[in-house]
Parts: sequence; structure tokens; C-alpha cells
Amino acid sequence: MPYTADKPQPKESREQLRARIPGWGADLDPKDRPSYPREQPGIETGAHWDFPERQPESRPRELSIEHKFLTPVFGTSTPPSGFSGVMRKYAYKYSEGRAAHWLILLAADRVNAWESHLRSFATLRPDNPVTETGVLSEFSGHGATSRFGRKRADLSHQWLDPVVVGAPWVLAGAGAVAVLRALRLRRR
Amino acid sequence: MRAMVYRGPYKIRVEEKDIPKIEHPNDAIVRVSLAAICGSDLHLYHGMMPDTRVGMTFGHEFVGVVHEVGSSVQNLKVGDRVMVPFNIFCGSCYFCSRGLYSNCHNVNANATAVGGIYGYSHTCGGYDGGQSEFVRVPFADVGPSLIPEWMDEEDAVLLTDALATGYFGAQLGDITEGDTVAVFGAGPVGLFAAKSAWLMGAGRVIVIDHLEYRLEKARSFAHAETYNFRECDDIVVQLKKATDHFGADVVIDAVGAEADGSFVQHVSSSQLKLQGGSPVALNWAIDSVRKGGTVSVMGAYGPMFSAVKFGDAVNKGLTLRMNQCPVKRQWPRLFEHIRNGYLKPSDIVTHRIPLEHIAEGYHMFSAKLDNIIKPLIVPNAG
Repeated sequence: MPYTADKPQPKESREQLRARIPGWGADLDPKDRPSYPREQPGIETGAHWDFPERQPESRPRELSIEHKFLTPVFGTSTPPSGFSGVMRKYAYKYSEGRAAHWLILLAADRVNAWESHLRSFATLRPDNPVTETGVLSEFSGHGATSRFGRKRADLSHQWLDPVVVGAPWVLAGAGAVAVLRALRLRRR
Repeated sequence: MRAMVYRGPYKIRVEEKDIPKIEHPNDAIVRVSLAAICGSDLHLYHGMMPDTRVGMTFGHEFVGVVHEVGSSVQNLKVGDRVMVPFNIFCGSCYFCSRGLYSNCHNVNANATAVGGIYGYSHTCGGYDGGQSEFVRVPFADVGPSLIPEWMDEEDAVLLTDALATGYFGAQLGDITEGDTVAVFGAGPVGLFAAKSAWLMGAGRVIVIDHLEYRLEKARSFAHAETYNFRECDDIVVQLKKATDHFGADVVIDAVGAEADGSFVQHVSSSQLKLQGGSPVALNWAIDSVRKGGTVSVMGAYGPMFSAVKFGDAVNKGLTLRMNQCPVKRQWPRLFEHIRNGYLKPSDIVTHRIPLEHIAEGYHMFSAKLDNIIKPLIVPNAG
């Protein structure tokens, strides 16, 4: 116990552990592990450049203000667009150390989702919250038996997931119905 | 090509997208043969990661065949079977040239705080990922490796993140012979961390979770003692009692941002996005490690703050070590361990899901249905 100087003795000897566990002690020496030392100057990476050739910048790329310049290589997935894009560009005026940077980006994410849902209703493939949430796997995935009688800690909050996902759709639907009713009344 | 596309929190679908183009002379385009869903993909799926944009393709664990190479690619050719680390890295910056591939400074324009990661929001560089039929792989001379002839493809895809990360997490614990190692989280990373701890000479390995089927896997696959924290009044006290009131020498957090165990912490982070992640597992790690011990953090957290018990960490004189895993550094040794029969990573695969059914796969993984531990995604599965 820590109340005296002795450290507890291991329950099993080296030989017992080696017999029970394949490969026990194969990386025993801490200095002979791949991540030691943490920094390995001169490690061979396969790079045949000192500084990489620059990727062409076909449109202004959003950039953290903690960078001195645009990185030589960058991702080109989903450029910012719509009002959420305006919000994202504004968020990048703040450094990564500022809560504003991340909170504005999180808000832009929510606006982006709704812009996309609304845009999708003008297409032949509108967003479908049933198929896109994969909720039909509750049947093939044994939703009831997976959850109940198993002492799971996450059941205390899992009921919130359909509320978080479904409530905006229900509210949006109720709002649309209310608008249509109001328009009908005005016509009369 | 067919690709998974994010449509907003908890919503994804498969769409037709253009095959990626070569955008830099050292790019390759890889045709994906096998991919996986990671536990950290769920943070994206739940809308927790800032700058996750509708239309992005997720997926940072994949293997495949080289389809096209850029003009400066020397080390790969069309037709090569490759495994691709989840890190996108240049090989030449300050960090890469010292082996810290997960901290590359030349690939992520959106944030300096993290390197590049495939399919992991614009916060991690804005690259589409591999839950698709084709994917753009920057720095093809640096990142991908040929899959050895003797290696099973399912083992290879687990080496691109989960196994390498679990193994790295055990290394960060600086485990010495006879140490007691506790691992919070019996998901893929936790299972591999527990198994790796034995390779480093641990005397005892204890795994904690609340999902009984995963604890059973920890006992059978990782030879671990297990505790279900739902069966304990206080898991920290339980661990102290189990370790002669010392606490563990090393504790590994393999849970991350959506840790369960506190309704308020989980909801404030995962649902309300007011924290970068629920700190429950990390705080349990800090409290259950012995004074002077080491906490290794492999769990993924978002860039916002989390309510961590830093005072306890200070007062106990702890060493906290953490990073995204520099995957390719782990491969030579992990290849040896697999060849020697010490590790068989594909033993934890529970589901093989066609790309067209990926929405169901994400829901099952998020809701922990059907005893799911590690789902693989198969493009072109028909």
C-alpha cells in the first residue's frame, strides 16, 4: 500500500505472463519502441523536396491567421457557399485561440445544414430524414434488445437524439403549415 | 463515383460525385477497396466538429489500389495495392522531418493546431475522405505504403488508424515491466491499447467501459481484467481498491469527446456543443492514476475547451502525454508483431457494410446496436 515504502509485487511472474499472453514483453525496452525518442531528426520520409511545390489556388482559400502563408497543399472539398459561407469567412478573421472562431463555425455548420435541406427540396432528391439517419437499422440491428436490460450509460441521453434531429423538421413543417393556412385565410 | 456525403448532423447519404482529380504533382488517386468507420467519425456525424460542411465525404481509414499518379510521384505506380495512414503529411516540414507526421504544418490551411486528416472536416484541412470509391491522396511518395503480400486487407485497414493509435497510446504511457495499466474505453482503440500494453511488459491490464459486449471482447481479445462503471458506485474508488490503493501506474483515455458517465457533461458537449468534448473519461483517468503516474490521451476531442480537472493533475504530479498518432512510424514494428502472431487486428471486426448502406452503418455505430465494435465499409459490394 502507498502508506509504506514497498511497491506491490506483480501478481504473475514474467514466465507466467509470457506463457499466457502471446508476445508479452516483445517491446519491453522503452528505448526500443517506434515512438522513442519522440523527435527523430533525419528520419527518412520519402520526401524528395525541401519545401513542396505549391498547389494552384483556383479560388481564394480560407486560411487560419496563425499561418504565415497558404500551405503548399490544401484540401478543396466543399468550398464555402451561401450565408454559411459568409459566416465561415468571418470566423477565419479570428485566431484558433479565440472562442469566437469556433462558435461562429459551429453556427455556420447549423446554417449550412438548413441551407442544404431547403436547396434539396428544389431538386429531385430532397433530404430524407428517415433514410439519411439510418434509423431503419433499428430493426436489422436489434434496437430494443441492444439497449434494454444491458445497464448502458448512454440510455440516459439517447432519447435526446431524435429530438435534436427531428425537432427542427417538425417545427419547420408546422411553420410551413401555419404559413399556408395564413395565406389561405388572406385569400378569403 | 459513389461516395458517402454528409447532409447535416445525424444525416448522411450516398451520392454520385466526380472522381477526384490530381491537384498537385505528388498526388495519387486511389480506388478504395476497403474502408472503415472510426469512433471519431461519430463526432463529425453528431455535428460536434466545427467547420464540418454539407457535401463532405468522411473516412480516414482506407486501403485500395493506385488509380492515377501525379507527375512527380516516384515511389508508387498505377495498380499498386496501398495502405494509407490517416495522417496527410508532407515529409519535409519541421514536424514531419522529426517524425511527428500527425503535426504536419504544410497540409492544413484551416488550422495550425492539427495536421491534415482525410475526411475530418475543414478544421483538419478540408480533404474528402475514403468512404467512397475513389480518394485523392496528397504526398503519395510520403504517406501510403504497399500492402505486404502476406497481409490480410482487413488487417491493413485497421493499421491505418485504430491499431496504430492504440499501440501509440500504450507507448505514450511509458509502460515499464510490471506496471498496472488501466484503459478507459473498450472500443477498437482501447482494445488495441490494452493488447499493446502487454507487449510493453505490463503486469496487469484493466479495461473499463459500460458496454458489456465490449468488455467481453476486452477479456477475450486483450486478456484484460474488466470493470463496468455502471456497476460501481464510483469507478475511481473501485480502481483504487483494485490496485492496493495506489491507483494504476498508467491510464489510457481511449474514449474521447463523447464520454458517458455524466448526463450534464455529455449533453453540454455532444448535444449543445458547449464543450469540445465530455471530459468524464479524462477526469476519471486523472483521478484513478497513481501520484506521479502517466495519463496517455488517445481520445479525440474538439478544439473548444473542456472542463478538465487540471488541479488534480497538478497536485498529483502527473505526466500527461497525447497526440494524434503518427501512423507510419508504428508500421514496421506492428508488421513484425502481426507476422509473429502477437496481433491479429481483424479479430475485432464485427460488421462489413456495403457503401450503399453506410447510413445504417453510422446509425448502428452511433447507437451501439447489434454488438457493434468495428464496422468496415465495402465500396462496390453490390
